Amino acid sequence: MSDSGRMILEVRDLRVRAGERLILDGLSLAVRAGEVHAIMGPNGSGKSTLTGVLAGRPGYEVVSGSATYLGRDLLAMPPEERAREGLFLAFQYPVEIPGVNNVYLLKASLNALRKHRGEPELDAFEFLNLVRSRLTEMHMDESLLNRGVNEGFSGGEKKRNEILQMSLLQPTLALLDETDSGLDVDALREVAEGVNALRAPDRAIVLVTHYQRLLDHVVPDHVHVLAGGRIVTSGGRELALELDRRGYDWILEEAATA
Amino acid sequence: MSTKQPELELLVARKYRHGFVTDIASDTVPPGLDEDVIRVISAKKNEPGFMLDWRLKAYRRWMRMTVPTWAHVHYPPIDYQAISYYSAPKQRGDGPKSLEEVDPKLLETYDKLGIPLHERARLAGVAVDAVFDSVSVATTFKERLAEAGVIFCPFSEAVQKHPQLVEKYIGTVVPIGDNFYAALNSAVFTDGSFVFVPKGVRCPMELSTYFRINASKTGQFERTLIVAEEGSHVSYLEGCTAPMRDENQLHAAVVELIALDDAEIKYSTVQNWYPGDENGVGGIYNFVTKRGDCRGRNSKISWTQVETGSAITWKYPSCILRGDGSVGEFHSVALANHRQQADTGTKMIHMGRNTSSTIISKGISAGHGQNAYRGLVKILPGADGARNHTQCDSLLMGPNCGAHTFPYVEVRNPTAIVEHEATTSKISDDQLFYCLQRGISAEDAVNMIVNGFCRQVFRELPMEFAVEAQNLLAVSLEGAVG
Repeated sequence: MSDSGRMILEVRDLRVRAGERLILDGLSLAVRAGEVHAIMGPNGSGKSTLTGVLAGRPGYEVVSGSATYLGRDLLAMPPEERAREGLFLAFQYPVEIPGVNNVYLLKASLNALRKHRGEPELDAFEFLNLVRSRLTEMHMDESLLNRGVNEGFSGGEKKRNEILQMSLLQPTLALLDETDSGLDVDALREVAEGVNALRAPDRAIVLVTHYQRLLDHVVPDHVHVLAGGRIVTSGGRELALELDRRGYDWILEEAATA
Repeated sequence: MSTKQPELELLVARKYRHGFVTDIASDTVPPGLDEDVIRVISAKKNEPGFMLDWRLKAYRRWMRMTVPTWAHVHYPPIDYQAISYYSAPKQRGDGPKSLEEVDPKLLETYDKLGIPLHERARLAGVAVDAVFDSVSVATTFKERLAEAGVIFCPFSEAVQKHPQLVEKYIGTVVPIGDNFYAALNSAVFTDGSFVFVPKGVRCPMELSTYFRINASKTGQFERTLIVAEEGSHVSYLEGCTAPMRDENQLHAAVVELIALDDAEIKYSTVQNWYPGDENGVGGIYNFVTKRGDCRGRNSKISWTQVETGSAITWKYPSCILRGDGSVGEFHSVALANHRQQADTGTKMIHMGRNTSSTIISKGISAGHGQNAYRGLVKILPGADGARNHTQCDSLLMGPNCGAHTFPYVEVRNPTAIVEHEATTSKISDDQLFYCLQRGISAEDAVNMIVNGFCRQVFRELPMEFAVEAQNLLAVSLEGAVG
């Protein structure tokens, strides 16, 4: 654990509504550089809302509270700026964009980030060399590059494509929204390798997951349980194992009586 | 929440870039149309007798015809007596003998449009004919083409220098009485391009014509005729722009293509006439008849069009598949933004045996735009083994636009195979957010998604024009709705 790392993300007492429903109800979370956090919780507890709000997905209303990213008011930043500042969301359901080459999107994305940082944009050759080396590391097939974005990809290919993007963009804060769902054992291991390869002292990772099986491969520093729109308990790795054994009910009961 | 909803509406409202007017002295015939006006046009062009007779015959046919009303477009009646049928930049002497004699202001206009006419500036090696209002002002690379035996010249010059070729082929694909606008064009057409590729010749470069409407209250009625003799090959591209004016201007062109045995004609259009403003004021009425005749066996005619301009587009580039084994293709991107109306598609008429046709139509509707695909696939009794594949996709941006599909299929031969696929989709918030989350701006994201939708068509365009088409689409979509 590297608690001494600088603060990357600090969420305070966040209350968020989607339509009429209050989904996050006083959520607080502090994530420092070098840490891996796992946020677990039953369906409908607000996990995807949390990643959505942090990434700037439209359709949510922040009622109160704050989210600070690298010292800045995250919620005031438009979504593309959050991305350019190093916040990456691996989507639970990556969308298909027919006719747009996957490699084209990747290049546009990386160059948008580089431009934002004042770095020269990569030309087609430089980019291709870079993306090929990442593909090899991830044991991914090059044919994935020249297909439409997520077009006709299997569930596993879509998730791997998200990890490929993450490894290219080298984010400061990576949010992974149920990246483990729908993966077979091999795909899960490869995705986990991709995530582990990204662990670094200057970077933070937040894994949102329903099951703890991803955590067998990516060992978190902190585990939080999200229920009823807030974090009801936090702990280390052992908390995830206990949840796996006992389910969520006991913790919800404890939270209710606390 | 504080996250700003991407305002696609703002994105799709960029201004038309070619809307300037060139201040140039022009020789314009007063508005109105009668036989005398046609005689004046013919005399100004110093035409042989057969041409005047043909024009007058067309005019008399047109007088008896009525405006077609079947298209899914709406506009007030056009006063044909309020239009001037001839406008030409005033020339010193007898007209330019070379580029040095062309009015510098005209050259400037084409430079502004990004079409340098100076041959030494044309690194791409594309021969250009430039038509300004009613006349052709310059044609480049004539000599090099002549060495290969290819004739590429203004239509009016062809009437003078190659009257026997013009007389032999004109009106054989689009007869004078074909439709209301074609008849009008036949009576009053002023200029356009003429291309003749002799037997066995592969045209050594891309040919292109840039059409520009400048004068107000004029119509543009150009006529293009391309003849590809046995075993020849030619690729031709036209581009069109016009100034921004409050009035509607009529553009009624006719294009005829003739491909003999084993010949191939590829005809590409990037149409960017002024579309009118966001409230639908002004813009060009683009009422065009384009038809190709695969007259010889194993001939091929391929139409590719990118239609982003015009207030109203009414055109159906078609193929008559007469020769056995002939092939017709139609690849189209049509955009209707703001108050634009597009009714476009194709007709594939299968007459010969083992003929095949492919139709790929991509319609994009945004703002209050209305986009209709209208297509006819007709298999005649003699067309054994005919095949057609039609794919018709619509992309909707926003709640106020419309996409309509009117496919007609007439099969009179049991051996024919005809397939039709159609889809309608919209740019989803999820697609847009996905791109934003990757750091890509909303504007770039919309362009990327729309270009992806059009990819099948863009890849048919010659390389340099594919880039132009993508940029044009981006400009035309600014201000569209999500």
